[in-house]
Amino acid sequence: MSSTLAPAPVEETEAAPAHRVSSGLLDPKTLLAALPDAVKKLDPRVMVKNPVMFVVEVGSVVTTVSAIATPSVFAWAITIWLWLTTVFANLAEAVAEGRGKAQAETLRRTKTDTMARRLLNWPASQAEEEVAGTALQLGDHVVVEAGEIIPGDGDVVEGVASVDESAITGESAPVIRESGGDRSAVTGGTKVLSDRIVVKIASEPGKSFIDRMIALVEGAARQKTPNEIALNILLASLTIVFLITVSALQPMAGFAGAPQTLIVLVALVVALIPTTIGALLSAIGIAGMDRLVQRNVLAMSGRAVEAAGDVNTLLLDKTGTITLGNRQAAEFLPAAGIGTDELANAAQLSSLADETPEGRSIVVLAKTEYGLRARAQGELTHATWVPFTAQTRMSGVDLDESEGVARSASSEDGGGRRAGGIHSVRKGAAGSVTNWVTENGGTVGKDVADLVDGISAAGGTPLLVASKIGDAAARALGVIYLKDVVKEGMKERFDELRRMGIKTIMITGDNPLTAKAIAEEAGVDDFLAEATPEDKMALIKKEQEGGKLVAMTGDGTNDAPALAQADVGVAMNTGTMAAKEAGNMVDLDSNPTKLIEIVEIGKQLLITRGALTTFSIANDVAKYFAIIPAMFVSVYPGLSHLNIMALHSPKSAITSAIIFNALVIIGLIPLALRGVKYRPSDASSLLRRNILVYGVGGLIVPFIGIKAIDLIVQFIPGLR
Amino acid sequence: MSSTLAGWLQALALVGALALCYRPLGDYIAKLLTTAKHLRVERGLYKVIGVDGDADQRWPIYLRSVLAFSAVSVLFLYALQRLQNQLPLSLGNKGVEPHTAWNTAISFVTNTNWQSYAGESTMGHVVQMAGLAVQNFVSAAVGIAIVATLIRGFTRSKTDRVGNFWVDMTRIVLRLLLPLSIVFALVMVANGMIQNFHGFHDIATLGGDTQSIPGGPVASQEVIKELGTNGGGFFNANSAHPFENPTGFTNWLEIFLLLVISFSLPRTFGKMVGDNRQGYAIVSVMGLFWVASAALMTFFESAHGGVALQAAGSAMEGKEVRFGIAASSLFASSTTLTSTGAVNAAHDSLTPGGGGVAIFDMMLGEIAPGGTGSGLYGMLILAIVAVFVAGLMVGRTPEYLGKKLGGREMKFASLYILTTPAIVLIGTGVAMALPGERANMQASGAHGFSEVLYAFTSAANNNGSAFGGLTVNTPWWDTALGLAMVFGRFLPMVFVLALAGSLAQQQPVPATQGTLPTHKPLFVGLLSGVVLIVVGLTYFPALALGPIAEGLH
Repeated sequence: MSSTLAPAPVEETEAAPAHRVSSGLLDPKTLLAALPDAVKKLDPRVMVKNPVMFVVEVGSVVTTVSAIATPSVFAWAITIWLWLTTVFANLAEAVAEGRGKAQAETLRRTKTDTMARRLLNWPASQAEEEVAGTALQLGDHVVVEAGEIIPGDGDVVEGVASVDESAITGESAPVIRESGGDRSAVTGGTKVLSDRIVVKIASEPGKSFIDRMIALVEGAARQKTPNEIALNILLASLTIVFLITVSALQPMAGFAGAPQTLIVLVALVVALIPTTIGALLSAIGIAGMDRLVQRNVLAMSGRAVEAAGDVNTLLLDKTGTITLGNRQAAEFLPAAGIGTDELANAAQLSSLADETPEGRSIVVLAKTEYGLRARAQGELTHATWVPFTAQTRMSGVDLDESEGVARSASSEDGGGRRAGGIHSVRKGAAGSVTNWVTENGGTVGKDVADLVDGISAAGGTPLLVASKIGDAAARALGVIYLKDVVKEGMKERFDELRRMGIKTIMITGDNPLTAKAIAEEAGVDDFLAEATPEDKMALIKKEQEGGKLVAMTGDGTNDAPALAQADVGVAMNTGTMAAKEAGNMVDLDSNPTKLIEIVEIGKQLLITRGALTTFSIANDVAKYFAIIPAMFVSVYPGLSHLNIMALHSPKSAITSAIIFNALVIIGLIPLALRGVKYRPSDASSLLRRNILVYGVGGLIVPFIGIKAIDLIVQFIPGLR
Repeated sequence: MSSTLAGWLQALALVGALALCYRPLGDYIAKLLTTAKHLRVERGLYKVIGVDGDADQRWPIYLRSVLAFSAVSVLFLYALQRLQNQLPLSLGNKGVEPHTAWNTAISFVTNTNWQSYAGESTMGHVVQMAGLAVQNFVSAAVGIAIVATLIRGFTRSKTDRVGNFWVDMTRIVLRLLLPLSIVFALVMVANGMIQNFHGFHDIATLGGDTQSIPGGPVASQEVIKELGTNGGGFFNANSAHPFENPTGFTNWLEIFLLLVISFSLPRTFGKMVGDNRQGYAIVSVMGLFWVASAALMTFFESAHGGVALQAAGSAMEGKEVRFGIAASSLFASSTTLTSTGAVNAAHDSLTPGGGGVAIFDMMLGEIAPGGTGSGLYGMLILAIVAVFVAGLMVGRTPEYLGKKLGGREMKFASLYILTTPAIVLIGTGVAMALPGERANMQASGAHGFSEVLYAFTSAANNNGSAFGGLTVNTPWWDTALGLAMVFGRFLPMVFVLALAGSLAQQQPVPATQGTLPTHKPLFVGLLSGVVLIVVGLTYFPALALGPIAEGLH
């Protein structure tokens, strides 16, 4: 893709749009609202998908039966807390899903049953018929006019229109959609604000973008990701180990003269199996997708989010991602014998009619650096404006000075002014302006040519400024240095990525010289200059052959193959339907810099999973010290030495361990939903920190927690 | 010289000798496992058995070869024992009882060398040499062959071939085990170990009684008993017998031999994966556990609690006066940590703490440094589990040495770590539930329970040492422990080979700054923690009812 085809400037909205559900902390209301769903999930057919919690549920049933058969305070206390453990686990999932459901609701509201005006035989005739939006088939053509809702996803094949896409993106500023090019895709449910377009429908009924979005945020399409499956296998095997450990314990206990009740054995199993991570695992996955949605990114699968954490190489488009959308004037370099002020003045004059960002930046530079006030076009009444066109590659102004002096320009117009004649100023590509000068009897000096070459060599773009007064020969006044401006903070961002072990490659349509200069300034690791879609594809394949995972962003149809090939392909929402189909994520804000955030979210998701697994397993140590002495102290009094928490009684010890086990799930729900703190750094320091917090912390916290609970529980009659 | 000082010096000399061998021996094994060249004698052997020495096998075929080879070995060994009375040099021993023969055949083929019989009164010279000693070589070689496939899983990419069992086996025996055994057998003989074909000598003792003293080809069997982490003694007293372990030096040398291959294999691993630091990390974890175990064992045996022991001055019951506490503790730790199971003292007489350490050593899964080959693959499986959890904590889907640990890999790793505890705990639980079988215990209470726990732990982990006390030469115990040995040996091998096949097919992911480093002290600590926690959590309740209950009064 060429860098000159700059995407429409996109405002970087850091804050989530108003209608999205906040990602704020958990409040009791949310928990309460999710409770009915949590209870519904107690259905064994649902529970069995989570082997760890299924064991807890079966254990709860067993203790319930046992408590009914031989009731006691202890039996009921354990039974109730086991049920609560199961419900808490479901609650975590229900809360995570609930947030997605709220988002789906707002989306669904936009999906009203629109009527479509289907064109019967387009383009041969304009005959149309009214059909329901849901009846549209792939390949149908519909016409949409101002004020109407676009009935389905598709590409504009005729016309230009401004479209309100706030229903999808939350962004209220309308966007332009036009036939051909990379801005032709429209989404069903969005509203045409002006003009008339013909749209070729590109999605089947019920499979539109909005439908998929709803399914995604609701979690209906949620499948376990590969890493989640692997972790589940490990957790299931730990569960089996502990089931065996406890089952085999009973005959050993019988021999020791201390056979245990069923309730105690079930309590021991539940305390040992990794319930904490088992309860929170699916919530972590849902919340990870959700965090992306908060940032207006839709991941088509959880697998893509995981892959984002693993990315080794980021392909970043130069324009809009690394540099600001456009080149900006950085300096005025006058020709020999010309004053800088004169050059600046001429440059400004010639750019007033140039509405391109480059042109505007020249006016801004003239004002900030040379104190020249920006003149409005209307101020110069005798001016004929020459707008920039792709053919002339020049812009400028002709001031008719024979009829009077331009008021505000007069004082600054320098000594070269003579009464009468036309004062022409031109600015543009070096070649075009050189031609203009030659045609008008002048020559461009060697000094100016050297300036032009120097700027090109440094990776900038030179714009030549020339003027002609009356019938005198035209002369070159000097050169404007246009430069790519690297976004602020990008160098630090790339340093961070390097520490995370991620290589950045800048993709640009520029020549290698220009590309190298910008790459060095921005601090990317590598660059691909004069990149064609084929080059990009080849680069991705080359990286992948080395076992690397590649992430990229793209919007054009010609990006589609590369987006599909990349492990993480983020399509811009402004892009074509083909690009959106090919990628595995869509960025609704169309902000290519977000790729970096996506990587971080992927990593955070995996870290949260690992941290809570570590925490869960480390917790078991304390639980053993609570439960094992309680079980056998009656026959081996020496085992009281293991009761290092000095728990009140065997019954209070076991109850406290079970209560802790249940409460820790509730306590960790916010962490599971929010994700653990993630600061980009290298693997070693991340590991050190997380082992310290979640490994060592996981060893210590339950000792304190169980003791604290025991201090209260010991006062309950029947548990003393 | 005090015996404590002697103990320290022996341990230091041991560490020094093992460190000296680490590089050359590890590199040598790596070379023999990777070179494309065959020796002439090997080529001849391949021709005889009809194997193409240059063709590698897919993992299921490799597994089939291992299982077929082992099955034939079991049948042969069983027949040899049963038909002993027909064989020369049987010293008048009868054909071995069916249940004992089955147990012994399994025991030697699985590198366990659990002995429910007394060597000198059951086995003749032919069974010892042509049966048991042969298995001492090949069962050790099987372990090394299996770990070779796992390492190849890491080093190879996009292939379904993990090696050729027949080539691996032949090379390990011919190029590694045989030469070392010959050299060290000569050293042993030079230090007073016997090597002859004599039968029993009846001699008159100083007390006026007569005693029947057996001879035999001891030295040739003794070296491979240690070198191959086998542990099956020629005599019932094993390495406490003066003919099997004549001096303090041979005692030291035996400890050295039973550790040297397993401690050098991490170097082989590092060399083969092209990063010696990976080997150092693994050997550090093994070393940590070995040092900790030896220190704890010595501490418990020296800190003599109990009235009788205090009266005696030290816990010398069941120990050879020739070796003393330090050398006996060092031997006990080394033998239980290596799946050797040879003993130079009666483990039943260890203090509760010392006995607990011995049981825990085996419960670790024989990984520090473990049996030949099996120790390393056990440790690598635990490393995979550690990498899986820790890898997540650095924000990537986990990878070890560039290979992704996905669902398939974790399935095999999980099954591996599940297998041995299941056998130990279910076996012990069933035995304790059967009043008749548990009556075979010698002691009552917690110590009696420890005897049963020790037996199943030893069998399932293919250690082979015994707490003694328990009468195991009965059909039930021979069968149950035989099953524990078979499943404890071959099920993990199935999972390791499957894992190797799965890893070999993957294309490696290049390491970056974001990759979990598996060669740094942090990882050594992490892996040690994972080993300790996984094993500790699994066995804590059982240990609490055995050695801990016995030790805490």
